Amino acid sequence: MNWELLGQLLVNGVIVGTLYGVVAMCFVLIYKSTQVVNFAQGEFLLIGAWVCWALLVKFGLPFWLGFLVTLAFMFAFGVLLQVVVLRPMIGEPIISVIMLTIGLSIFFQALLSWIFGEFVKPFPEVFSVDSVTILGLNVQPAYIMSLVISLAIMVGFFWFFKYSRMGLAMRATAFDQQVAQSLGISVKHVFALSWAISAMVSSLAGVVIGMVNGVSSALSFYGIKVFPAAIVGGLDSIVGGIAGGLIIGILENVAQFVDSQWLEWGNLYEIVPFYVLVAILMIKPYGLFGTRDIERV
Amino acid sequence: MALSADSMRCGEFRTSYRADTTIFPTPMSRNFAIAGVLVLVLAPLFLNAYYLNLLIQIGYYGIAALGLNILVGFSGQISLGHAAFFGFGAFASAWLNNTTGLPVILCIPLAGVMTTAVGMIVGVPAARIKGLYLAIATLAAQFILEDFFNRAAWFTGGSSGALADPMSLFGYTFSTDQSYFYLVLAFVVVMYLLGANLLRSRDGRAFVAVRDHYLSAEIMGINLTKYRILAFGVSSFYAGIGGALFAHYLGFVSAEGFTILLSIQFLGMIIIGGLGSVMGTLMGTAFMVLLPEVMDGTAGVVSQFFPGFSQGLAYLKEMAVGLAIVLFLIFEPDGLAHRWKLIKAYWKLYPFSY
Repeated sequence: MNWELLGQLLVNGVIVGTLYGVVAMCFVLIYKSTQVVNFAQGEFLLIGAWVCWALLVKFGLPFWLGFLVTLAFMFAFGVLLQVVVLRPMIGEPIISVIMLTIGLSIFFQALLSWIFGEFVKPFPEVFSVDSVTILGLNVQPAYIMSLVISLAIMVGFFWFFKYSRMGLAMRATAFDQQVAQSLGISVKHVFALSWAISAMVSSLAGVVIGMVNGVSSALSFYGIKVFPAAIVGGLDSIVGGIAGGLIIGILENVAQFVDSQWLEWGNLYEIVPFYVLVAILMIKPYGLFGTRDIERV
Repeated sequence: MALSADSMRCGEFRTSYRADTTIFPTPMSRNFAIAGVLVLVLAPLFLNAYYLNLLIQIGYYGIAALGLNILVGFSGQISLGHAAFFGFGAFASAWLNNTTGLPVILCIPLAGVMTTAVGMIVGVPAARIKGLYLAIATLAAQFILEDFFNRAAWFTGGSSGALADPMSLFGYTFSTDQSYFYLVLAFVVVMYLLGANLLRSRDGRAFVAVRDHYLSAEIMGINLTKYRILAFGVSSFYAGIGGALFAHYLGFVSAEGFTILLSIQFLGMIIIGGLGSVMGTLMGTAFMVLLPEVMDGTAGVVSQFFPGFSQGLAYLKEMAVGLAIVLFLIFEPDGLAHRWKLIKAYWKLYPFSY
């Protein structure tokens, strides 16, 4: 047993897991309030990361400004996407909506590869130190930032849905659209806003991952990793999204550890989440925190 | 509603259920279908290898897409893992032929049967979940099978891929595009007739009942679990046959081709063609196969106006696939089959289209 490696991987697991959790939370947000399964969630990360990269590298903006502009851009992008593409699909069967988001994801992925190329582009240096040592483990500062930002987002979400007027309106809409409408909530605004928030927060995760690994189309794979996370946690639970993300993140790294120590199969960690996903769907399809009203057939 | 697609032709009436469920609603449509097949039989005499290659592609993708349409359009489930089944059929046929030495003509249906078995295993969770959960479960199946292709070197040849011998029958080898075209055409005709017939049968009606309202279907005595798994089985059988034809056409199978992108293209084919339409499936497949080729063909002209068109062509093709799916879903959700019906209805009543 290599304890040091295990410790390092567990820390990685928690950090990557919180990022999965944030993305899963955004995914759940869209699903909960608009009943749309967003297969293009990964592309939100990708778009955010590329836009931020372009602002920093091509236009030479300072990091904080570029970051804020990216967030504003993604907010507008989310609203636009919902209004132009997804609003006509309200009331269509679920397969059409799924296919629509899949079509969007192919479109944006190809578009971004066309504009920015296939190769990994590194982010400019934001932090002056390479890595920080905490309790004898090496951690990159961007990861610490990501952990802090993720936790901040989670607290922000908690406050937003618990106390703010719009957050309450969104919860009411998620609970029952017709009742919410009859109480004077603009369901249109809620739908647009949930896509906007989701796009914005996902892009944040995209920028953080881009800072560590560089930006490339591989980022959009996070959008697929979201499914195991969201299913484990329960599709309609925001807390579940976070928990599921953490579980999948840690699981991946433990699988990598097992793989490197004993099995040596190569890419076990990439495929393990999907086996877990199938197992969860067979045993407990509503996940850990989801509502139990799934129609059993 | 002058242009209702379902408006009947003058003097056309049916007096029995048997007449109402024939494959071809009118003698005219039957004759057109036969004429279409005859034209295709003569096609190799006039077309060069490039066009034959496209027709063969439409053939094997069309068979697999029909399987997906039976699953999605008729039984109301969803699969994001169709490319993995297609790939499994390709590997299974090559593997059977290489290890047991069975003739290819037997390997192709056997590969279909093996893929059916795999599809039914994947279909077991499908018996319990639906809609979105099913989409995610089949997505997982896609990744798990892809991983299996890369790992199981005994079956797929691992990263180096597997060789698939060309098919031969009575000492004649189907190695040229011309001869293989006839083979694929024969398979397409048989599989499409089987598909159309399946949907007229008791089982086919059960699929549609499950799709339309599963609770009512269950109350009417339809075994939901059985039909959901059966739909997966039938759909993977078609995918397996299509994949096997693909393998023996190319002569070489490697795991890289059967990614999630191909699965999405299959779904695109049936959405563009029309969910729940047998002939629409073929139209959608043709659209999906020809779209990149047309873009290739026009690249020279377009790049005079938009410099950079040729350089980005590979990306533009992918974007076009995504865009076609999105636009069809928003503007023509019933697909090309519906458009075709409207055109026919227009000419039926021409020139008195009111």
